Formats: sequence, structure tokens, C-alpha cells
Amino acid sequence: MVDHKIGIDGISKLRPARRGLLRAGLSSAFALGAARTALADGGMPETDWDKGVGGAVADTTYGQPVAAQSDMKRRMVAWLTRDQTSSISFTPLQYQTGIITPSGVFFERYHAGRVDVDADKHRLMIHGMVDRPMIFTMDDIKRLPAESHIHFIECPANGGMEWRGAQLNSLQYTHGMIGCAEWTGVKLSVLLGMTGLQKSAKWILVEGADGSHLTRSIPIEKALDDILLVYGQNGELLRPEQGYPLRLVVPGWQGNVNVKWIRRIKVGDQPWFTHEETSKYTELRGDGHAYGFTWPIFSKSVITFPCPEMPIKSGGGVYEIRGLAWSGNGKIKQVDVSFDGGVNYVRAKLQEPVLTKALTRFTCEWRWDGKPALIQSRAMDETGYVQPTQAELRAIRGSNGVYNNNAIQTWEVKADGSVNNVQLA
Amino acid sequence: MSSSRNLLAALAVTMLCGHAALASDTLAGIGRTATPAEIASWDIDARPDGQGLPDGHGSVAEGDDVFQANCAMCHGTFGEGNGYPRLAGEGKLTGDRPEQTVGTYWPFAVTLFDYINRAMPYPAPHSLSADNVYAITAYILNLNGLVPDDFVSDKHSLPKVKMPNEKGFTWKDPRPDTHDPACMTNCRPVASVKVVTTAEGSHVTPRTTGPLDTEIPQ
Repeated sequence: MVDHKIGIDGISKLRPARRGLLRAGLSSAFALGAARTALADGGMPETDWDKGVGGAVADTTYGQPVAAQSDMKRRMVAWLTRDQTSSISFTPLQYQTGIITPSGVFFERYHAGRVDVDADKHRLMIHGMVDRPMIFTMDDIKRLPAESHIHFIECPANGGMEWRGAQLNSLQYTHGMIGCAEWTGVKLSVLLGMTGLQKSAKWILVEGADGSHLTRSIPIEKALDDILLVYGQNGELLRPEQGYPLRLVVPGWQGNVNVKWIRRIKVGDQPWFTHEETSKYTELRGDGHAYGFTWPIFSKSVITFPCPEMPIKSGGGVYEIRGLAWSGNGKIKQVDVSFDGGVNYVRAKLQEPVLTKALTRFTCEWRWDGKPALIQSRAMDETGYVQPTQAELRAIRGSNGVYNNNAIQTWEVKADGSVNNVQLA
Repeated sequence: MSSSRNLLAALAVTMLCGHAALASDTLAGIGRTATPAEIASWDIDARPDGQGLPDGHGSVAEGDDVFQANCAMCHGTFGEGNGYPRLAGEGKLTGDRPEQTVGTYWPFAVTLFDYINRAMPYPAPHSLSADNVYAITAYILNLNGLVPDDFVSDKHSLPKVKMPNEKGFTWKDPRPDTHDPACMTNCRPVASVKVVTTAEGSHVTPRTTGPLDTEIPQ
């Protein structure tokens, strides 16, 4: 029946000309007529993917996600910004399995659009209070000792639309300005070791090569600690969305400090107080006073199942609550889950790996009685800092701010299994 | 005993593919020295104390012309915004949704020059002369009532401009500003658990399945 020849490795090779005919023929003439044990007889349902031969190797040279996952896409809130080239998109956390965000749906933040940089022409300059100002090509940077680390990057505006009350009925829009990846590159301290640092060096200025020439000031202690100059993400070169060919990864610190398309590092003795650390990315509090240089992301967590996009479809019964927790100040130490709006909590199980400044998975068994519930997760990191409630944060900071909203998220589960974003008194 | 241990330790070091010895001196030959001309072409940053500001100057009147030609199409004739960032405005930083403008919020005048110089005009960043950037800076400061009509902006005058909100910032992170225990039982009265806001039926939530809102023909 099947016209084939056996290859040297013993794998059947269908002749291309017969392949289409074969598939068409099997599904109609043979497969349907030959159902041996029909569903009506109590057997398993018939499938049509075991009645022939599937696709060939390398007929998709860079594989794509399954069609069933077509809703797993970056989305945006069009009313947030006037222009979509200076804007942000959101990671579909409701679909993410594990701790790694697929590069194709990792959230984007551009200050002057996504630029296509020619890696051969890209240069990194380090100058200022150094012994020897230097220029590096990408080839130079890739010759330096490489490291790979898993870290999240979160925009500090994540949750910024929720300061005044529950507004967006979605996990993706309330928490999707975050992604976690394996980043490959070289420690910045290696390059600063090559240039040398003068005694008065206290700060660095990092600058991007795109039209925004975005700049941020970073203390030298952080620069010499764990900052990476990164060219790889999740096993491949950075994508343009993430700053190809070179970006900074500043573990645990707010997203925009992780400058993309980085081309210049200047060493100085004072901070620069740039636009992105004065007019923007500062926190105006209710009393009119503002705080700047609020870099680390503090402990935060959210339940990813159930959530508004992933309601409970099967009524009361046993479910595994699933979620993500993270801290820019170290490892997640524990996560507690409440089903009654924060009156009582139970300890969730942390799923390995639990890495510093990385997304951490937690799970918690829930025997849902089918009645309305208010579910929450609360993270604590290894410093002992416990994620606060939204009401508590609002009482201290007011509601005019945008950034660093790390409040406990409350999901209201209704009797029909639907889920809403709510805030409690 | 101890000498053989030392020998083992020495062997262990030499077997580490040289990683332990990968100090900066062994990386010599990677990268090259930057020339003064190369540094000058990229060294555009300016600090609040004026360090880094270039030569050149611009008046409020000149700035009016340059602003109307290069900036007003987005920011409005008088910096009122029109959906893009509002540049001029007065008022307090308290109350509901206060205006965070150059006049009310920005702590340093030099930052205005630095930002325009590096990132504006948005469609053609870093395309204006230093004189033109000084002039736009003077115009915007004047719109905010921070400098007189005859003000000329340059590397000496700009750092001296007094910004109303200069003292409005603390540059040390106050967090953690909450200190919760990880309470497990009876953490709050049951009666206090009340939903005060809900996003159920929220009309500002974009679609969460299918095409993006912007992909649907209006």
C-alpha cells in the first residue's frame, strides 16, 4: 500500500510525489471506512493523525508554536500612549508554563521604536573616569568570558493602572510588563577591569544607540556586582525587541535601567539626573514629594490560574492554584495563598528551580466548594520582606504615582467559575 | 601530608581551563583604545551642574521660532501637549492627578537641554544644532515662567536656573516602606473583607483573545 524505500538509517522515506496523495487518500477512502472500534461501542474516539505519516523534518526550519496557542500573543493597551513606537506591550503570562518567557512574547518597551542595528557596525564605548577609554566590537565582546543567568526584567509601571482601583480585567494587562529569560553575555565588571577605574569613579551612565539615546545612572557598586552585557537570550541571539545586538541586564532592577542597544558607558563621580530618572521613573507620592532612584523590584506575586483569562470551567472540585513570584532583592523564600481575601493563608509549594532575581513558580492545592471566593498570593523573599496589600501601599504612597506597585492581587472567583480583578478595602 | 595537599591544590588550579587566572591582563588585545575624536562624537551627556554642556547659546525669542517649526506639531504652540507630553503648566503636585510638567516637577534645568539634545524632535532625534537646543530650552523655561523674556540659555546660565521642585525629591530609596509579618491565620476581621472596586465589565480592558483591538477595522 505504501510506496516507500528504506534509507540507510532505516527510516522510511516517502516519495514526495506520493506524499500528498497518500494523506488525502488515507483520510477519506481508508481511514474513515476502517474505524475498527467506534466511539458508540465504548472505545476511544477515532483520531485522524494516526492513519498516515506526518510532516518531514526541516519542513519548518524555525519551528512555530501550535495553532491552539494562537491567543498567546503580546497585546497592548492602546489608550495608554499616544504613539505605539513609544509604548509598551504585555506578556501573556496566563499561557506561560514554567519560569522562562518565550522570546517571541516577551514584553516590549520602546522609547523611540524598535530599531534594526547592524551588529558589524555596532560599537560599545567605555570612557570617562577610566584609565584607558576603550571601544569594543561585538566580536570583541563575544571573546570575553561568557556567563548565562536566568533573571526577570519588569517595567516598574507594571500594575501602574491599578493604583486608583481595579481597572483592567486581565492578568496580562495587570501583570504582563514582565518576562524572565536566560541571558548570555559577559559581566560588566570584566570590561571595567580592562579599562580600569579611577579612584573617584562612583557612578556609570549607560546609553542606548536608538533614537531615544536613553540614559540611566547606576552606582558603581551595582556595576561591579552582577550587571551583564548580554547578546544571547533563551539560546539564541537577542531579538530586535530586546536590544539586538547588545543590551544591559541589571538583575532585579527596574526594566528601563536594562538599556537596550547599549553603545556607551561613561564613568563619573556623580549621577546625571537624566530625563528617565527625574521627569519619568520617579514616584510622586500623595504629599507632593517624589522619590528617585527606586531601582530594585520588591517582592511580588500573582496567581496565573485561575485568572480572568483562565476561568474555572469544571465547577467545584480539586484544583491546583498556580502562580509566579519574584523579587529583585534575592530569592523567593515563601509564597502564601489565601482563599478568603486575606483572612487566612496557607503555604504554597515552590517549584524548582528557585533562582535569585528570577520568576519562581508556586502551586497550591485548592478544594473549591463552588462558592464565590477571593483568592490572593503573597510573596516573601529571602530578606524577609513581605508583599503588601494595595490598600496599605495606597495609604503610604497615595494614588498619583505610576511605578513600583507590588501589591497583592485579589481575584474574585464567582460561582460560575468566572474570575474578576477586584480590590479590597 | 601537607605538601602533597598543596600539590593537589596547585593541580586543581591549573586544571580549571585558566578561568581562575582570567584577569584583565590576560584579555589584552581584545578591544582597542578610543580616540579623543571618537569620544567627542558620542559624549553628549550634560549634568545638572553644567558639566558636559556644549558651547553655543539661544534666546527665548529664537526658541519660539525653532519650537514652532520643530516641536509644536506634537506638543502644541504653548507646550500644552495635545495628547503628547505637556511641557508647561503650573500648580501643586498634590490633589487628584496633578500636572507633572517642566515647571511643576522637573528638578533640574540642564536635564531639559540634555533630553531635547539626545531624543528630540521625536522623528529626528539629535538633529538640531546646540544653538537651537539652547533656544528651545530657553523657550520652554520661559513658557513655565521660570526665566524672563530676555533670557539667553548657554552653558553658564542654564545650570543657574532655579527650578521650583528641585527640593521636591529624595534620591534615596525609602523602601521597604511596609513591614508586614507573614501572618497566616485571622490576619484581618472577616467583616473587613469587602470588594471596593472591581474591573468586572471594565470597558477600558482591551480584548484578551483573538485579534488586537487595533487589528480590527473600525
